[in-house]
Amino acid sequence: MREVAIIGVGDTKFGELWDMGFRDIGIAAGLAAVQDANLAAEEIDALYVGNMSAGRFIEQEHVAALIADYSGLARDNIPATRIEAAGASGGLALRQGYLAVASGMHDLVVVGGAEKMTDVGDTMAAEIQSSSTDQQWEVTFGATFPALHAMIARRHMHDYGTTREQLASVAVLNHLHGSMNPKAQFQRAIDLKTVLNAPPVAEPLGMFDCAPSSDGAAAVVLCAMEKAHKHTDKPIRILASAQASDTLALHARSDITSFQATRVAARHAFKQAGLEPKDIQVAEVHDNFTISELLAIEDLGFFPKGQGGKAVVDGQVAIGGKVAVNTSGGLKARGDPIGATGVAQVVEIVSQLRGTAGKRQVAGARFGLTQNVGGTGATVVVTILGAN
Amino acid sequence: MQVGIVSYGAYVPHYRITPQEIGRVWGTDGELMSKNLLIFSKSVPSPDEDVITISVEAARAMMKRTKVDPRLIGALYVGSESHPYAVKPTGTIVCEAIRTSPNITVADYEFACKAGTAAIQTCMGLVGSGMVKYGVAIGADTSQGAPGDPLEYSASAGGAAYLIGSEEMIATLNHTFSYTTDTPDFWRREGQPYPSHGGRFTGEPAYFKHVQAAGKGLMNLAKTKPTDYAYAVFHQPNGKFPARVAKMLGFTDKQIEVGLLTPQIGNTYSGAVPLGLAAILDVAKPGERIFVVAYGSGAGADGFDITVTDNISNYDRKAAPSVKELLEKKRMIDYATYAKFRGKIRMQEGEVS
Amino acid sequence: MSTARLWRENPSRYNLAASKCGVCGKVFFPPRNVCSTCHRKSIGKMEQLLLSGEGEVYSYSVVHEAPSQFEMLKPYVLAMVRMDEGVMLTSQLIDVDPKEVDIGMRVKTTLRKVGEDGPAGVIYYGYKFTPNP
Repeated sequence: MREVAIIGVGDTKFGELWDMGFRDIGIAAGLAAVQDANLAAEEIDALYVGNMSAGRFIEQEHVAALIADYSGLARDNIPATRIEAAGASGGLALRQGYLAVASGMHDLVVVGGAEKMTDVGDTMAAEIQSSSTDQQWEVTFGATFPALHAMIARRHMHDYGTTREQLASVAVLNHLHGSMNPKAQFQRAIDLKTVLNAPPVAEPLGMFDCAPSSDGAAAVVLCAMEKAHKHTDKPIRILASAQASDTLALHARSDITSFQATRVAARHAFKQAGLEPKDIQVAEVHDNFTISELLAIEDLGFFPKGQGGKAVVDGQVAIGGKVAVNTSGGLKARGDPIGATGVAQVVEIVSQLRGTAGKRQVAGARFGLTQNVGGTGATVVVTILGAN
Repeated sequence: MQVGIVSYGAYVPHYRITPQEIGRVWGTDGELMSKNLLIFSKSVPSPDEDVITISVEAARAMMKRTKVDPRLIGALYVGSESHPYAVKPTGTIVCEAIRTSPNITVADYEFACKAGTAAIQTCMGLVGSGMVKYGVAIGADTSQGAPGDPLEYSASAGGAAYLIGSEEMIATLNHTFSYTTDTPDFWRREGQPYPSHGGRFTGEPAYFKHVQAAGKGLMNLAKTKPTDYAYAVFHQPNGKFPARVAKMLGFTDKQIEVGLLTPQIGNTYSGAVPLGLAAILDVAKPGERIFVVAYGSGAGADGFDITVTDNISNYDRKAAPSVKELLEKKRMIDYATYAKFRGKIRMQEGEVS
Repeated sequence: MSTARLWRENPSRYNLAASKCGVCGKVFFPPRNVCSTCHRKSIGKMEQLLLSGEGEVYSYSVVHEAPSQFEMLKPYVLAMVRMDEGVMLTSQLIDVDPKEVDIGMRVKTTLRKVGEDGPAGVIYYGYKFTPNP
């Protein structure tokens, strides 16, 4: 296996991008990444696109070919592949691109992630999102995506004494981080009361405990490490890529206060990178709900089981804390265009490791991690990146 | 062959609304309506309940009380005027839910409020002739009255199921007698959401004439008189009609007391007499005789002469909730919730988002 | 929705048809042909069974934002219930005041409408939970 580097990143603003269609956002992120990498189109060997549900959001399948076409890559007839693993589509697309370069099959690969969610209404968007869980045995019976996470939260509170305020603190912190990110969907800091008094979505979770529906795209350019310096002085190394699965239905697990897939993927990733959780300075984790961030920081090994809520309240995941988590604002404030999210997480870590994250820069960040989740933890991708 | 009731089960949805609350919305004196109809509250099905779920609950309660193998049931009939499907039998789903064998004859019945007793009669014939070993007869409804119509104060939901057979009967069905004429007192045209009725025409020439004729015919046939019966149950569109018809036929208030459920739950239509009879079977002792007359608009009446057997002493009545328990398990709702539950609020059609 | 898609699951939705591994005894709902623990050893040794329908609340949520299918029922309680056979199921907990629900609460299944393909479409029935007793 060859070492793989990220030599370019690009993304769109996340949010309600009314004047941009799926094609526009996909191309905008891809071109930004290619420009960032100083590439000519003909150098690109392959395209991977993470996308959850264009078929239902815009009634368009076959979106990898579409992006290849509109970005001009189809001229060279390069292979273009769409990857789907619900919320983990982006992270998984990155992993497929990584494997393609690491294996020696390709030298230069563009990995994009995109989702155009606002062309359907909120109710439909929520229904589409819930198809990442067990349609037949959860959704049919009244489960919604927020409700499943609410049950995780309820049980976490029951088993570990996690409080409503601790959950709310996750949203407060991520909004604070979002306020420093010009590409975030929400760039306004909020207080605890705002979160606690928000209308309930699925108790105990309220509106501010849930990531929004978003449009957006992100892209990175991968290159064999041995050739990276031709394109950039600051290649960011992919130190590890790990993926794990779990039961599709939440109820099929013996314990829902932990995502086993995160634990397994993290274990493999840390082993591959030769690192430990304490070595990570900055992490982007899948906070599609406030409870999800607590599970993530516990399951990744940053904090002991059940201590996630306390860690957040104590400022340990803030910029300047033990490990800065979701400096982009996370899914909560930056936005969650499902298929784009896993790639956007990597874009943020690359900015941090390059030292170009501006106001939200984590000082001396050398190692960063992303955790990208599909469904209620049935797919998890963990990626570890290192500054060269 | 002597045919009788081998087991029975009942179900009543747990939401209730009062005539006062309905009257409040329509500017009617609900208190007076309650007094006139002798209805204090009526049962309201949840949005996820219909005749199929009510029939299944009643049939499952029926099966819980007996050791009869459901695969020995050869016929199943569900009588209702609010079958969820116009075409696609309620009974098929009930069969699957109580795990009968597919070797069974099934049909849905409709005869206004007496479709359930028509189902009992059919089962009597099939079991008595030896065509089937056991038959199931269910009467259930989630009846609707048009908003503001006097029917809205009474139309309610519930049902009961009867396992008819010839062995280990808890009560024998000694005689049945029916009386049927063409009398348009109450009807609902295909595709119409709410029934229409002939106002006061539903009384004398309809309910009272038919119930009396069937009751008298039954006593002639059975060679019985009112005093032979410990209990009597009549169709109960409101709390007053059954008391009046009982008096006309020579029965006392005491005899109809146990089987008179309308004051608590309203008129459960096809479920009414089956539920009233279930309430009686909940407490009846061996040897006691029960007089039953169901009435269905259109119009007809079915009478039954029933004797409780010694088997009822060993019968596991407690395996399923009694009617009394079902009546006690209740939650009052306001008219807005009622309107929402019963689909009276006009919603956005189709998918907007 | 395709009529057949839910129809073929009727035994489990109506009567809680499940399966049990003849090797380790683990119960699966809906039924599986292979035990997720014993893998190959369990092939041909999966036994059919019906769940009793009784269990206790493992976790729950009061759902305020629901798909159009459940518009009339909201807010409703969604629960994960650990059945007495050990396997967990997710469905609505009905005929209950949300304030009365708690982890550990005893519940049992009942048959209710779970959905329909619009006013002209097929109606789907399945298990929901009610308080027990």
